Amino acid sequence: MRAKAIRGDRGERAERAQRADGGGRPDDDGRPERTPHQRSEREVDATASVIRARGLTKRYGDVLAVDHLNLDVRPGEVFGLLGPNGAGKTTTILMLLGLSEPTDGHAEVAGFDPTRDPLEVKRRVGYMPDDVGFYGALTGRQNLRYTARLNGIDRRDVEGRLDALLEQVGLRDVADRAVETYSRGMRQRLGLADALVKDPSVVVLDEPTTAIDPAGVAEVLDLIASIARDRGAAVLLSSHLLHQVQQVCDRVAVFVGGRVVAQGTMRRLAEQMGGESLQMEVGAQGAPEEVEAALRSIDGVREVERDPHDTRLWRVAGARNLQPRLAGELSARGIGVWHLRRIGDDLDEIYMRYFAKEGPGDDSAA
Amino acid sequence: MTAQPETLPARRNERSEPSHGPATPRRRSPGGGWRVIADKEFGDHILSVRLFILIAVLGLAAVAAVYSTTAYVRDNAQQAAGSTGLFVLLFSASSPSSQIPPFTTLVALLGPLLGIAFGFDAINGERSERTLPRLVAQPIHRDDVINGKFAAGLAAIALVLVAIVVLVSGFAFYQLGIVPGPDDIARVAAWVVATVIYVGFWLAFAMLCSVVMRRAATSALAAIAVWLVVTLFASLLTGIVADALSPVPADATLDQQVANAQLNLDLSRISPGELYSEATAYLLDPTTQSVGIILPSQQPAAPSILPFEQSLLLAWPQGVALIALTVVCFGAAYVVFMRQEVRA
Repeated sequence: MRAKAIRGDRGERAERAQRADGGGRPDDDGRPERTPHQRSEREVDATASVIRARGLTKRYGDVLAVDHLNLDVRPGEVFGLLGPNGAGKTTTILMLLGLSEPTDGHAEVAGFDPTRDPLEVKRRVGYMPDDVGFYGALTGRQNLRYTARLNGIDRRDVEGRLDALLEQVGLRDVADRAVETYSRGMRQRLGLADALVKDPSVVVLDEPTTAIDPAGVAEVLDLIASIARDRGAAVLLSSHLLHQVQQVCDRVAVFVGGRVVAQGTMRRLAEQMGGESLQMEVGAQGAPEEVEAALRSIDGVREVERDPHDTRLWRVAGARNLQPRLAGELSARGIGVWHLRRIGDDLDEIYMRYFAKEGPGDDSAA
Repeated sequence: MTAQPETLPARRNERSEPSHGPATPRRRSPGGGWRVIADKEFGDHILSVRLFILIAVLGLAAVAAVYSTTAYVRDNAQQAAGSTGLFVLLFSASSPSSQIPPFTTLVALLGPLLGIAFGFDAINGERSERTLPRLVAQPIHRDDVINGKFAAGLAAIALVLVAIVVLVSGFAFYQLGIVPGPDDIARVAAWVVATVIYVGFWLAFAMLCSVVMRRAATSALAAIAVWLVVTLFASLLTGIVADALSPVPADATLDQQVANAQLNLDLSRISPGELYSEATAYLLDPTTQSVGIILPSQQPAAPSILPFEQSLLLAWPQGVALIALTVVCFGAAYVVFMRQEVRA
């Protein structure tokens, strides 16, 4: 089996991790200034990661839900699994928990193989499923107590633990109300507490911010960050809402059609995906022809076009860091600049661009 | 949520104090997962509306049946004086003039409902509440879920049945002043056990439905449909099959007729209802010596009263067959559940 070969050879493993981490992109090696640092980081990965997947594959009939996934998550890190609905995020999570058997490949979570030792894995992994549900007739505390008992936590330890957790997620006041009276956000926070009941070394959160209001999202994200920071647990979270999780994730993997198309820190991802080109949005006062001529005269500008929705805006594509020169040139020509924004560096836009570029089912990419 | 960072260190300090135990919580040895589930499920059953509805329905039926029987028993008390079966008669007899069937018939009819009520939403209920992924992500075996739920359902069923039998006994004591003897108590207790097994079969069947069908309503409907078919049409079906396999021509010999009847009986014993009613006949009627085909030549000269041990021995095969049917349903539910994806 392939997994055995990987285990036997540490060097090969690091190399595989290397290849996996770059998402197999050919331009990965085109950045010599980053490579040494990245490599040493990855070698640590291979030995210290608490979640490790190599060639993890899940096939449902003809559909390849997850295609040779390689993944490394270290303790104290928040790792984001990003991708549209149906990209295979939940399937991956279920395989890591031993709730679904991989068709091929190997995973190791908290030192155990989820396929062979699912109980050992489940003992150490706190899991909050997508669209988490609770027993509506029971109170929040009763629901958590049930989880604690299923984990075999000694009765003497349970109550103090539950109090602390309920306090932490801000549900102490409503802990003795039936869960059916909870709002969606409250349930989500109860889900987080539920995942923490067993004092896990790995926390897996499936879509933790879906369907809650912005204030609730901020609270949940705060909590997630504190789980990794204060408990030193590895957090793996999946989401399709990139702008929500980009503030908490240390690293992300972009997942499309069952495959990782990009992986790395947020900044690296932005560079990787943005390339050398940059888009800007310019709002200028003046005759359109003059503005266009001015913009085109700037060295490095490749493309200028009117915004189709707002005629006062211009879209400029060109080399990096044109902003100061744009502003300078325009004001030198007596054209007032009232708006200047870099677009395309926001990860959400990158993410959208990725989907446009490599939508599900497109096999030529990566 | 800005208060978070302050609360966290405090919590950690608490945990490091000896009064709060070690940093990692103490854990029981694994293997008791089903008991935790059974505990919780039984608690749910006890407080559920359905338990009260079932106790009310079965209790009313029981009181009505026994009330009509008491009059009959009182009239016949003179003949029956001295025999041990008077108390047991309350459960199994009914007055010929009354429209109300005896208590045992009512239980045979309504018992399956009890099993279906506690099982039809066992697994798909967890699915629709979306608690199943969370439940199976805990360190328990997947069969613990089914085992625990079955144990809890069986306990709830036993509770309902014992409550009703005690109610009926109390009623008999109050109305007739009958004090059951040890033989009576043993017979009724054995009958309650047989009933729990019988209802347990329907519980296992309903749980199988709840595993196979994703919606609780569909599963309840399917279970009830099978229950009705088995109760109402089983004898018709077995008759048709028996006639096809072992035809009885117009000039049939005695052997042919016996063969046909025997086949019919054997086929009907696939039905749990038939098995249960045979077991009931043995256990509650001390004069029953056989539920099979008895030719006039084989009939004993005078009906003799069997001791309880002998009746129990006669009912044993039926009990074993009922348990086997239950195990088959249970095993099927188990296999299907193990193969299912957690995600709906």
